[in-house]
Amino acid sequence: MKIRTLEQLRALEHELRAARDRKPCVRVCGGTGCRARGSEDVFGRFRVVLENEGLADAVEVKFTGCHGLCERGPLVSLAPHGIFYQSVEAGDVPAIVTETLARGVVIERLLAQDPITGKRVRQEQEIPFYRRQQRIVLRFNGVIDPTDIREYIALGGYRALGDVLTHKTPEEVIEIIERSGLRGRGGAGFPTGRKWRLARAAPGSIKYVICNGDEGDPGAFMDRSLLEGNPHSVIEGMIIGAYAVGATRGIIYVREEYPLAVRTLQIALAQAREYGFLGEAIFDSAFSFDIEIVRGAGAFVAGEETALIAAVEGRVSEPRQRPPYPVQRGVWGHPTVINNVETWANVPIILERGPEWFARLGTATSKGTKIFSLVGKVANTGLVEIPMGMTLRELVEEIGGGALPQREIKAVQIGGPSGGCLPKALFDLPIDYESLTEAGAMMGSGGLIVMDDRTCMVDVARYFMDFLRDESCGKCLPCREGTQRMYELLTAMCEGRATDADLDVLEELAQVVKETSLCGLGQTAPNPVLTTLRYFRSEYEAHIRQKRCPAGVCKALIRYVINAERCTGCVACVQPCPQHAISGQLKQPHVIDPERCIKCGICYEVCQFGAVEIV
Amino acid sequence: MREIEAIIERYGAQRRHVISMLQDIQARFHYLPKDALMEVAARVRIPLIDLYSIATFYNCFSLLPRGEHVIKVCLGTACHLKGGTRLVEALERELGVREGEMTPDGRFSFETVRCVGACALAPLVLIDERYYPKMTQRKLTQVLARLRRPQPAAEAG
Ligand SMILES: Cc1cc2nc3c(=O)[nH]c(=O)nc-3n(C[C@H](O)[C@H](O)[C@H](O)COP(=O)(O)O)c2cc1C
Ligand code: SF4
Ligand code: SF4
Ligand code: FES
Ligand code: FES
Repeated sequence: MKIRTLEQLRALEHELRAARDRKPCVRVCGGTGCRARGSEDVFGRFRVVLENEGLADAVEVKFTGCHGLCERGPLVSLAPHGIFYQSVEAGDVPAIVTETLARGVVIERLLAQDPITGKRVRQEQEIPFYRRQQRIVLRFNGVIDPTDIREYIALGGYRALGDVLTHKTPEEVIEIIERSGLRGRGGAGFPTGRKWRLARAAPGSIKYVICNGDEGDPGAFMDRSLLEGNPHSVIEGMIIGAYAVGATRGIIYVREEYPLAVRTLQIALAQAREYGFLGEAIFDSAFSFDIEIVRGAGAFVAGEETALIAAVEGRVSEPRQRPPYPVQRGVWGHPTVINNVETWANVPIILERGPEWFARLGTATSKGTKIFSLVGKVANTGLVEIPMGMTLRELVEEIGGGALPQREIKAVQIGGPSGGCLPKALFDLPIDYESLTEAGAMMGSGGLIVMDDRTCMVDVARYFMDFLRDESCGKCLPCREGTQRMYELLTAMCEGRATDADLDVLEELAQVVKETSLCGLGQTAPNPVLTTLRYFRSEYEAHIRQKRCPAGVCKALIRYVINAERCTGCVACVQPCPQHAISGQLKQPHVIDPERCIKCGICYEVCQFGAVEIV
Repeated sequence: MREIEAIIERYGAQRRHVISMLQDIQARFHYLPKDALMEVAARVRIPLIDLYSIATFYNCFSLLPRGEHVIKVCLGTACHLKGGTRLVEALERELGVREGEMTPDGRFSFETVRCVGACALAPLVLIDERYYPKMTQRKLTQVLARLRRPQPAAEAG
């Protein structure tokens, strides 16, 4: 069925919405986190149980994208009740069907608990994790079935596109994006409208738009969740962008490690073609456009735009000098607009609600919202969307729910391997492009990792440097040699072999690499080192001068001992120790033989009484 | 090698699609056999050395064969912070091989990956593509013991 006019689209939307509102609906989270915990079984079980209860036609079951609070998965929400169940297992399904769906009885034990009052809460919006968020780009994530375009249409999807192609000129679209103040969500924050204007002005009859779904940050899953949870918002954004810049071809570059995203996109693209949103004469206009998927093969540098172009052309993804910028010379030499997944997903919303509405969200220079993958040493881990300008403290304490039991948060790492670590003392910083850059970190694409007193900042710097030396494409010397050398220095520090002089060399080297590298990878690679040096110098000094790791992480500098006062002699740690290093009488304090101990930490992991200590 | 031929044909033997071809070969054989690379080189008319440089540049390709059970330990940032490295060390101890290698009996091989997208549940281990969230060394040892047991037919896990 091809949609040719706005009227047809509206009629379809109304019809679908009415059908949708008639039935109660079960939404099972099918995001990667919940799948890892067995949500596929939960989904399957719902089908079977509803069938058995004769409710298969009366209730709809949907497998959606990530709901956000992955920590508590598998998540299930019920519409229209608005009931939010967490940690649902397949075994809970019969009760949900026979109690809640059939009789309206809420199952208390599956409800979330308010951490302060301890009260069980029913609705998503009552959970502090959701209450403080502003879910705009993620508004349909967890709500719609991403494999069915009608779900997106029912909620107003493709309306913005229809309106653009029926009523607006490309220049008007560019102007709207400019007025909204939208900036790129892939890292650097370049104004999207300006990029489009440059591409439109570039000479050439063939132009490309590309969606950068490389998501190279090793510990973040925003773009993936958008592609898997709401692919049409990205596709609609790209079609609008293509119309604005005069492109006829689109490419979505997704990393190979995201097979579910690739599959979801393939389905979405086929459905968009079927409905006529891709292909010839879209909405009966003179505009034709189509999108293909290119799978990236897993290289951090491939996310850099010139390297991405090389990968799309089938070459090894090495960056090249800019200018010329991709908007001048991109894929196969044609002008090319490259935007991040989240940037594209913002486009239809801006067109639908207007640039003024969008510009009211956020701060003077950073408009709209930003999605973060909030992970690490924090109570509530998951996917969050906040208005720009919120402070790190609000994000970590209120949405994240603060530290893990008995621990203390000391820093966040923001911006992935190119970003930096910011200490607790700076948690009142607003999250906007300029503030973060000034503090030595960067917005990045949305990785946000919380660190506590059991996180060693020298080890963190070493971790990122290990990653970066591996991922440096090797084309330019400062990056290739510099990351390797910094890694060696950091390793020496973690192993207690470094001197004060090494610290000076490290600092100097970081500066040189920053200033002389060819592409963004090398230019930002020193950030994890520079920020940890700036804010956590005493930890470096402890490693170097006292040969001590204050966080108890660096193996060469720690020992495991049993605190005789706490040890109950339960013997739980004796058998698991791979070295048979632990001995003692039943119900008497045990001891670790340091000669045998290889510091694997298993005893620390298994002891229920906190008797194993790291010194 | 008819399968290789089919994969090459799927992309019309075009130069710009070699990465996709290698991905499909990797998916089929779990590594890139030398013969397959030679065939691609010949058919697509690309020097073998270029294929090797692609195969070694990108993380998803392996030039070594893999074991019956493939174990992947996530060492993305979230998993590193929550003890992924200890899990790698535990595997080295348990299996007696190093990352990227296969046990002599061909039953296990293990490798590390960077982020499998469930960071909220770190640290993660994937065994034969099945996710094990919030993994500990203890749990890992138990799963290995189960996999080592001779053929309990319906191993659900
Ligand atoms: C080393 C490196 C890695 C990058 N990785 C990504 C990435 O994974 N995803 C992304 O969208 N942008 C990434 N970028 C930024 C891109 O080069 C480019 O600026 C961005 O895709 C533009 O889109 P935006 O303006 O919508 O942010 C990376 C840049 C560098 C230097
Ligand atoms: S750290 Fe490992 S080797 Fe050492 S005593 Fe504990 S369990 Fe045994
Ligand atoms: S597990 Fe803890 S309490 Fe039990 S014997 Fe070991 S150290 Fe003591
Ligand atoms: S995967 Fe289910 S909430 Fe994120
Ligand atoms: S860091 Fe391990 S899943 Fe993301």
